[in-house]
Amino acid sequence: MPLEVVYFAWVRERIGLPRETLETRAPTVADLVAELRKRGERYALAFSDLSALRVAVDQTLADFDAPLSGAQEVAFFPPMTGG
Amino acid sequence: MGVRVEPGPFDFGAECAAFAKQCRGAGAIVTFCGLVRDLPDATLIALEIEHYPAMTGPAIDAMRDSAMRRWSLSDALIVHRFGKMPVGAAIMMVATAAPHRADAFAAAEFLMDYLKSRAPFWKKEITTEGARWVTATQADEDALRRW
Repeated sequence: MPLEVVYFAWVRERIGLPRETLETRAPTVADLVAELRKRGERYALAFSDLSALRVAVDQTLADFDAPLSGAQEVAFFPPMTGG
Repeated sequence: MGVRVEPGPFDFGAECAAFAKQCRGAGAIVTFCGLVRDLPDATLIALEIEHYPAMTGPAIDAMRDSAMRRWSLSDALIVHRFGKMPVGAAIMMVATAAPHRADAFAAAEFLMDYLKSRAPFWKKEITTEGARWVTATQADEDALRRW
């Protein structure tokens, strides 16, 4: 199934893309991360420390073990610094 | 009055006046405005704020709804900018109106704590030495525990 994967802040800069559409059967966010890490050094670097990352599934904050069935968009970013 | 996420500057005084004007019957209004703070060595050129457009509005709407349910508020306004802004510029504001001040203060603090760590914004400091992403602090995360 096609999945939009979106990156923000230094995650976007490390990967070198703001977004991409992937074909994946990853059942969870963690499985998707494992697939992404294999895409090259930039990805491996961006996803080297999951404790430094946050994830949103369909624009809602989620955990790395969250299921992806039916999801349309997954976003990866560092902890937020609003306010 | 709701939630606004926008690139342009806003007039904090005018926003407060407009908010107060339509809050008839409220006994207390609390307002907060966050500004672009210079670095201790005065090297900040600008602050650049990135956000997640598809998520930002809904996430802040949910925080506002939560505050409205939790405290006896008659209204709440949140304005948050994104893009590049100079030292001293207003980044964001919160205004809360309630029959009594305790609710207005608590709701404003709650909204500030959540905006800081749960609204999808990322700050980048552009300095004379280069650019760097602002890192979230444990203190910001700890602040959420009281709610």
